[in-house]
Amino acid sequence: MKKLIPLVLVLVGLGIVAASFVPPRNATDFNLLGFGRLPVVVNGRVKPLDTVARTTLLVFQSSQNIPTPDGKKLTPDAWLLDVVFNGPKADTYQHFEINHPDVLALFGLRSDEGRGGRRFSFQQIEKNISELQRQAKLVEPVESALRTPFQKAVVQLYANVGLYFRLKGSLVAPDHKDFLAELLAFQKNVAAGVDAVRAKQAGKPHDAALAEQMMETGGRFSRMSELAYLLAVPPDEGESNTSGWKKVGESLLDSFQSGRVPSSAMVYAGLARTWRAGQAKEFNELLGLYQAQLDKGFATTLKKSGAEVRFNAANPFYTAMVLYVLAFLVAVISWLKWPAELGRSAFWLVTFAWLLTTAGIVMRMWLEGRPPVTNLYSSALFVGWVAVAACLVLEYFYRNAIGTVAAGLVGFGTLLIAYYLALDGDTLEMMRAVLDSNFWLATHVVTVTAGYGATFLAGFLALIYVSRGLFTTSLDKATADTLNRMVYGIVCFATLFSLIGTVLGGIWADQSWGRFWGWDPKENGALLIVIWNAIILHARWGGLAKARGIMALAVFGNIVTAWSWFGVNMLGVGLHSYGFMDSAFFWLVAFAASQLVFIALACVPLEKWRSFRTTTAA
Amino acid sequence: MHPFTRQVRDFFVSLKLTVVLLACSLVLVFAATLAQVELGIYVVQERFFHSFIAIWHVGSLYVPLPGGYLVGGLLLINLIAAHIYRLKFEWRKAGIQLTHGGLIVLLIGELLTGLWQEDFSMQLSENETKSYSESFRLHELAVIDTTDAQFDDVVVIPDTKLARSETVQHPKLPFRVVTRAFYPNAALARRDASAPQAAGSAVPAITQGMGSAVAVTPLPITYKPNETNSPAAIIEIIGADASLGTWLVSPELGMPQTFSHAGRTWRLALRLQRAYKPFALQLLKVTHDIYVGTDLPKNFSSRIKLTTPDGRDDREVLIYMNNPLRYGGFTFYQYQMNAATGLTVFQVVRNPSWLLPYIACIMMGFGLVLQFGLSLLKFIDKRRTTSTPAAA
Repeated sequence: MKKLIPLVLVLVGLGIVAASFVPPRNATDFNLLGFGRLPVVVNGRVKPLDTVARTTLLVFQSSQNIPTPDGKKLTPDAWLLDVVFNGPKADTYQHFEINHPDVLALFGLRSDEGRGGRRFSFQQIEKNISELQRQAKLVEPVESALRTPFQKAVVQLYANVGLYFRLKGSLVAPDHKDFLAELLAFQKNVAAGVDAVRAKQAGKPHDAALAEQMMETGGRFSRMSELAYLLAVPPDEGESNTSGWKKVGESLLDSFQSGRVPSSAMVYAGLARTWRAGQAKEFNELLGLYQAQLDKGFATTLKKSGAEVRFNAANPFYTAMVLYVLAFLVAVISWLKWPAELGRSAFWLVTFAWLLTTAGIVMRMWLEGRPPVTNLYSSALFVGWVAVAACLVLEYFYRNAIGTVAAGLVGFGTLLIAYYLALDGDTLEMMRAVLDSNFWLATHVVTVTAGYGATFLAGFLALIYVSRGLFTTSLDKATADTLNRMVYGIVCFATLFSLIGTVLGGIWADQSWGRFWGWDPKENGALLIVIWNAIILHARWGGLAKARGIMALAVFGNIVTAWSWFGVNMLGVGLHSYGFMDSAFFWLVAFAASQLVFIALACVPLEKWRSFRTTTAA
Repeated sequence: MHPFTRQVRDFFVSLKLTVVLLACSLVLVFAATLAQVELGIYVVQERFFHSFIAIWHVGSLYVPLPGGYLVGGLLLINLIAAHIYRLKFEWRKAGIQLTHGGLIVLLIGELLTGLWQEDFSMQLSENETKSYSESFRLHELAVIDTTDAQFDDVVVIPDTKLARSETVQHPKLPFRVVTRAFYPNAALARRDASAPQAAGSAVPAITQGMGSAVAVTPLPITYKPNETNSPAAIIEIIGADASLGTWLVSPELGMPQTFSHAGRTWRLALRLQRAYKPFALQLLKVTHDIYVGTDLPKNFSSRIKLTTPDGRDDREVLIYMNNPLRYGGFTFYQYQMNAATGLTVFQVVRNPSWLLPYIACIMMGFGLVLQFGLSLLKFIDKRRTTSTPAAA
């Protein structure tokens, strides 16, 4: 039976991996996935509507799960379809997260009126929307760093409601009855209508009703063009013209000149009508025709957005998180029972998880056309990836499950951080001009981030040393020596990566703004990691710190790295702080405090350590 | 060796000193990062790193810290001394030697940069040609003899001399320039010419030029990164016989002031210090790309024409983000831009030691890879030899 454990666990792991690769299927007769694959441009990037739906849901309510008021589960694509085409229905969906009690009070709402106590529909807040607007205007002049939690919550909700309005006006007129009929009538009359308006302006005889109607339609289109969030009309020249994407409203305004309503606008109006009427067959046919048309000029774009939809559905980072937790538990148990069998199983589970994250990172690189680290989110993925890779190497050599336990911890931790960072919106962002250099992103950023990963790993190995030594009897002399060597080896690599990465950063700065080193907070953060690793190495070489001392130093390395990774971004100064986040500040302090506790524990006299007490007793 | 000298030597050679100095630098860098929120980056550089003792304000506490020069200097001494007395050269330690060598190059490079690097800016409008760059912070009083239409004869007085209220008597000037008041930062406002300066103001009377219609309000020096100091001075021109009057000079005035004396015409202006170059740049076109549907900048670039008076160089160059122009010992970086008005600003840097970090990076990279690579190989080898008998 014991022999079967690895096989069973590996099969379970493979099952979890395989499950995430199953292609998604349409939940209803409507070709929701096909709609989700349609490409649009938001924040400068061509992306599928599916990504827009998912990231918007995350921004609105920190979760991609959205039920209808009667409890039916909606896919993100179906939710988006209702928002863009069927406003009155979407107004009943409880997708605005409101946590602050004072903000709820603005609307006279109680938390128990919301879904899960914190999510509310547009209908619920609609009547006091002007009060929200007034509050938001009051906050506007306050510098964002100085805003109170209430003010931040107001601004956040106001922005979310604004985005909701913009989505509603993106593809069809927000208050339409039948936009397709409107467009068809417009198409028929546009030539005559423009003539009528010209004649009116010239003071000549004209069809007054028609001119009036044209003016009104123009106003409607122009409001759409101001409001819209999505650039949904692809350029006529095909995908080579990346900057030619337009809003539906803009392209409709153009049709006053050309006399031709763009087919994309017609298609979206048609989809709106069939979606509202519940005509799945017609909806799917129209979608198919549009896809076939896009396939002529936008084949690569379609392929990419299709792949991105698959990637969204597979969610490899979530699956990897599950596997890391499983591997961690199995590996910890292996210290108590069946070390060989469980240890081997845990190793394979970590390997699967790591391969999944590798696939995910490679996929993101392909979608973005960039090296792996481009923003805070991707740095979290990469820190975990590097640390787990090092763990796998350690485990390959030592086979004592220490590598897998550390991998489980760091892998899960970094993916959890990434999960929370993703709540800010789309994680595949376009690079600002100064960062737009694949060479330096690939060298400096990757090396420095690898340095973060290695320093964290050394710290987590030290945590294992302290926990096992102090609280259990499992840290025998051989294991303690092994851990000591592991930490040393990892600190060496951390020094290599952080030093080279930091100097490369200096060289990039020299190339980019004319100075090698400017004592900018982010640079200082990287330098602190280098100095700290150098201190550990020299303290060891000089015999100033023995095993426990080195462990305590390595744990402090966690604080130093966390500071330079997140802390400096919270200072709000410097040339390249790439994200200011304040809720994260609490967690940073909490993390630092927990590490200080471990350092204190490492300083507990040796005779109090359960592992060493038994050794001396024996 | 005398026991005392031996003790001194042992102190400077010891690894303990290394660790202590590294710890000091850790605290210094951390304190300097926090201090930037209050003081801004420029002041922090001066107070924390370009100093021997840094004073760190924590709330109402004043904590003295060893400054950048002290820590860096001692580290350098420690490192060099260790290599002379403790770490004799051995092939198997070549990695460490190379890494430390690289570190020495890096530290020296930073020292030389601090001593030699000069930063200027060059602002160009489309089709404008310039052969000089301007300081970011320092000003100069230019006294320009414009009598000859063919050329200008310029005498410049640096603002440091003005700040010391020195009397300047230059052989080319038939008058003395005396500073009556100098304000490192001042606001100017329009004032009724007949009304006197605000009561109680210590600003000396201005009798000549545009200044007579201007109220001067001295301001404290600002260190904020997004604000600049705008100096003002009140100077008196004293000819051989009598004073010609007092003038207000400030870059805020926007244009030079003219006066005549002894049959010649002079222009007077307080402006950013200029550094003339043996070549000229003409801005042809600025481009500012953004990502579609956003205001996120995608690229800034300036197409310029580079010419030298001898005609040897006459070519077009494109300067953009991460792609500066290196020419004649200077590097021109795309710094700021206003595409709407066709204006570009380059940062112009002269740093003769700019290559040292590159060399240091290569040395340290090779050194660390060698050192840790050798250890890793040794480790793998050892495991192989120990695990073989175990398996057998």
